[in-house]
Amino acid sequence: MTSRVPSAGSGQSEEAAGEARAWISGYDARIRRRLVILVLLSLALCASFVLDLITGPSSMGVPHALKGLFGLGELSLPQRIIIFDVRVPAAIVAILVGAALSLAGAEMQTVLNNPLASPFTLGVSSAASLGAALALVLGIGIPGVPPDWIVSGNAFLFAFASVLLLQGMARARGAGVETLVLVGIAMVFTFNALVALVQFVASQDALQQLVFWTMGSLGRASWNKLAILAFLLIILLPLSLKDAWKLTALRLGEDRARSFGINVARLRFVSLVRVSLLAGTSVAFVGTIGFIGLVGPHIARLMVGEDHRFFLPTSVLTGALLMSLASALSKVLATGVVLPVGIMTALIGVPFFIFLIFTSRERT
Amino acid sequence: MSSSLLTIRDLCAGYGRRRIIETLSVPAIEGGSVTALLGPNAAGKTTLLRALAGLLPMTGGLDLCGEDLTALSVAERASRVTYMPQSLPQRVALTVFEAVLAALRASPLAGMSPEGARNEAMRALERLGIADLALSSLDELSGGQRQLASLAQAIVRSPRVLLLDEPTSALDLNHQHKVMALVEEVARERGIVAIIVLHDIALACRWCKRVMVFSKGAVVADGTPEKAVTPEVLAAVYGVSARVERCSRGFLQVSVDGPA
Ligand SMILES: Nc1ncnc2c1ncn2[C@@H]1O[C@H](COP(=O)(O)OP(=O)(O)OP(=O)(O)O)[C@@H](O)[C@H]1O
Ligand SMILES: [Mg+2]
Repeated sequence: MTSRVPSAGSGQSEEAAGEARAWISGYDARIRRRLVILVLLSLALCASFVLDLITGPSSMGVPHALKGLFGLGELSLPQRIIIFDVRVPAAIVAILVGAALSLAGAEMQTVLNNPLASPFTLGVSSAASLGAALALVLGIGIPGVPPDWIVSGNAFLFAFASVLLLQGMARARGAGVETLVLVGIAMVFTFNALVALVQFVASQDALQQLVFWTMGSLGRASWNKLAILAFLLIILLPLSLKDAWKLTALRLGEDRARSFGINVARLRFVSLVRVSLLAGTSVAFVGTIGFIGLVGPHIARLMVGEDHRFFLPTSVLTGALLMSLASALSKVLATGVVLPVGIMTALIGVPFFIFLIFTSRERT
Repeated sequence: MSSSLLTIRDLCAGYGRRRIIETLSVPAIEGGSVTALLGPNAAGKTTLLRALAGLLPMTGGLDLCGEDLTALSVAERASRVTYMPQSLPQRVALTVFEAVLAALRASPLAGMSPEGARNEAMRALERLGIADLALSSLDELSGGQRQLASLAQAIVRSPRVLLLDEPTSALDLNHQHKVMALVEEVARERGIVAIIVLHDIALACRWCKRVMVFSKGAVVADGTPEKAVTPEVLAAVYGVSARVERCSRGFLQVSVDGPA
């Protein structure tokens, strides 16, 4: 019986040392593969960005725009304005919003330990819609906010407040993540009902505006909004990455993470504050865009696994890429019309997602 | 390395208003050997370990070599006391190696270099004999394999107090003894306090110097296996009529004849 007992501590055999070197190099190869995936995603994102710039409702042909963009052909002044003052900010905002929503979704799925968690499924987007509805229909806004920021301001305030409410309720009950998720789902229904109530009393005009707002559109992009989003991401992404190991540990279970010395309640709170900032701002600027926050992280997970040092940046890129592609596609499906991008995200995200699920099944 | 000494005085712990453990005091637990914690389901074994690890609010005194553990921050306490939960790690898309690395790197006090952490993680997997699983994903492992990965996470942190909650519940015969031998060796090598919850009494008697039998939140028998594991104790705690006999190698064996 005792003969099978390992004799650790004694000198390692040559064979064992060789084995260890073999799998350590296997691990290094994996890390390299993940870095390659990050690079490839970045390249795809650049391509999609260019595609987003050369498509759109204008008499300017795609080849002409492409040549002009790279300095190979002449662009008229109006064409320059269309590309550089209209399409460039919209295309960058698309990337930033996709990145922000996907990062928010990734963190949410981890800290709430739920694969269905996303800003959309837990009421953040619904709360933003309610804020927007109040501004659009009833003219209720935060005092002192300039008129063209009232809708965004309201949407942000409500989105941010909804996450804090989620936090507060869960903390008051002293309960676990299941409660958080249930409260989130309850909030979706509550806010949707309130939005419906506002819609019921809305004028024909306001109703139209509200419906368009909830579909999500990049038409509201501007350099100011772009700057705010970029600033947020630049501040928050490094903070998320700083917590990468803690978030990875949390995936193994809450008790386990706490036994490693991680203050899980604090980690969850800080992470949800980041989520509310990212999701609140995104939804405030471009309206409700579902699906990216849910599926971006899942695609990233299938590609690189859940080591958050790679999972978080990959989520950022997958979300940005999906959103950028959706933006380009929203302009080419029907000539002369820009479809709401919120509709496109699901239409291109779902097939891509299903493709990945099936190809990754085959691999294992 | 000198052996650690853990003293538990008047410990109370529970969930909300429900007290599970009332003023528990036990003779100091010595490092360097393994202490088994036996007892029926719902006796409060997990509750006790979680309270010791600081995962559950508790009152009372907890002293490790003259240091008051209750006065430490979460992170400091975790660096001295490691708890391996009874539940298996979740099925996630992380390799065993990454999971063990996370156990080292996620700690707020981890002053370890990435290189050092890698070497430690590698050594822990080798000692447990699961180096071949290093690059397997936790979501494609068997239950027992995940339990071994969980154990690697606990051992790699090289604490002063190692609390293992049923670390062998999912393991086959060979691995049960391998794991017990390893825990015993680690305890001896580093002089740490190792408390291990077991349901297999023979396994406890084979590998542990001290056995505490726990029932309804209190210790009902405590001492060497010979002293703590008796037919009377088994009848009182588990409600079974059993014989305790020595095998040819001198270890205690329990044969159960039926309900008491
Ligand atoms: N999260 C909880 N909330 C409330 N009560 C709990 C909780 N966990 C355990 N208890 C109660 O505490 C008591 C002791 O449970 P504990 O998990 O410590 O038992 P145990 O000795 O580890 O049992 P087992 O051998 O089945 O693991 C039980 O009566 C149980 O109902
Ligand atoms: Mg238990």
